[in-house]
Amino acid sequence: MRRKDAPWLTLKYREMLEAWLFLSPTLIGFIIFFLGPLVAIVYYSMTEWNLLTQQATFVGLKNFHNALLVNPDFWQVLRNSGIFALGLVPLNMALALTLALALSRPFFGVVFFRTVFFAPVVTSAIAWAIVWKFLLQGEAGIVNQMLATVGIDGPNWLREPNWAMAAVIVTRVIKMVGLNMILYIAALQAIPRDYEEAARLEGASRWQIFRMIIWPLLAPTTLIIMVITTIGSFKVFDHIYQMTGGGPENGTLVLAYYIYLQGFEYFDVGYASALAMIMFVIVMALTIVQVMLRRKEME
Amino acid sequence: MTRRQRDLVYRTCWTIALLIAAIPFIFPFLWMVSAGFKSVTEIFGEPNLIPRVWRWQNFVDVFTHQPFARQYFNSLYIALSVTALTLVISSLAGYALARMRFAGAGLLMLFLVSALMVPEEVTIIPNFFLIKWMGLMDTHWPLILLPTFGPHGVMATFLMRQYFLALPKELEEAGKMDGLSRFGIWWRIALPMSRPALAAVAIITFLFSWNLFLEPLIFLSSLDMFTLPLALSNFTDTYGLPLWNLQLAATTLAVVPILIVYLIAQRQIMESFALSGVKG
Repeated sequence: MRRKDAPWLTLKYREMLEAWLFLSPTLIGFIIFFLGPLVAIVYYSMTEWNLLTQQATFVGLKNFHNALLVNPDFWQVLRNSGIFALGLVPLNMALALTLALALSRPFFGVVFFRTVFFAPVVTSAIAWAIVWKFLLQGEAGIVNQMLATVGIDGPNWLREPNWAMAAVIVTRVIKMVGLNMILYIAALQAIPRDYEEAARLEGASRWQIFRMIIWPLLAPTTLIIMVITTIGSFKVFDHIYQMTGGGPENGTLVLAYYIYLQGFEYFDVGYASALAMIMFVIVMALTIVQVMLRRKEME
Repeated sequence: MTRRQRDLVYRTCWTIALLIAAIPFIFPFLWMVSAGFKSVTEIFGEPNLIPRVWRWQNFVDVFTHQPFARQYFNSLYIALSVTALTLVISSLAGYALARMRFAGAGLLMLFLVSALMVPEEVTIIPNFFLIKWMGLMDTHWPLILLPTFGPHGVMATFLMRQYFLALPKELEEAGKMDGLSRFGIWWRIALPMSRPALAAVAIITFLFSWNLFLEPLIFLSSLDMFTLPLALSNFTDTYGLPLWNLQLAATTLAVVPILIVYLIAQRQIMESFALSGVKG
């Protein structure tokens, strides 16, 4: 076999070159479609750029000033995003953990239940939102008709701001809870059975076993789930686009949807970019805070 | 009560609770199919799960209201392209990150990890101008390129890396002795051993692309180019109000095949998502 290597191409350099070759498709794409745009958005956010006139003028921090101090929409949007996250994350995680605890051990019907609770995860958010919008219509909606049979006069879910927010949160939880359930089940199954057996022999109750043994061992999984779910709650777009369109009275207008509206409906690119920067900072900050809190807790 | 009896009561209570909890997970699918077969007047009449008159015509109208077959095909071939491309690229990069030593590896990893935390809404505006500048508006290229190289692609890379790290090195070293190049080792030894990881990446990537909405909404404008989620969203009358029976019939057509595959391969699909989550 002929060796093509020039003498200067030592083994170490050869390996390095090969590594970068293997990585190059990912890196080139990553730089063009991710890193580049991430840098560009910093510049965009400091310009006044109207898509219709196609002109960008540098305006410094004016867009941020507009968002934070001038435009009343922004704080309402941020509040909506906050409420959405605060409603969705605890509800999702509590339900996911409960379901996982019930479904982590084999019993008759366990596969059926897991399959059912996970099914919405593989369904498109648009399809899911279409069906729930149909079910949650005012008087003709099936949910209200069912409530009527037990004597409850259901609200016009998607036409009243507070109810619309609640409806969006709950249907989103139903859509996504299966994913966290599966992650919790995997973590629960990795806990050795002996721990629990030993505690039971010592006379510990189910709650004590959960509180003292299982919950601490789940901490790393809980952290990952919390971070993923929080980021996910700030990203939610398609669900709200289809179910409420941000309405009624901007009651479900969340940050991701607001960015879309400003950028692609009102063509205010500079302002939309500033909003995107703010979103980036919020998500990063939340992630870092969660990781730090957890680390402190574990010490 | 003996312990056995207590356990039985406990189990029964849990099963009943689970059955009740399952209602909002199952009923939307049942109503979707049911309403897809009804006429508009029946949809807004007394609620009944089994249609009084089965209106198959809805499923014909779906295809005349929009080029639905074409849109279905678009979604399918885009999802397959994204999946194939992601498999190749993520397994190459994942292998390099797992097995090769090079300067800057740590920094690179940090860079890629941080990408997992950035919502795509953040980069969508510059990407819009990039795609426009490339002359690719209203084509399927952005729907193939952005998901492949965005945070989802990074997640796939990490999933592959994790799997390669857990593989035994001995076989690869034997391959090296036999004169295989790095590429040969990757292709002939590492890849065949990592079928479960490749399957997981394929499953989650296909579904990710199949369900993608923001990118199609922003980049596509002609009906013939639409993908399924965008098409479903578009079953409205001239006032923008939903044509419920058609919309739900179309949604049924889009969702049921996925659900059938899911029911057949539910274990594999759930495991794939579990793998991706552990990494994400």
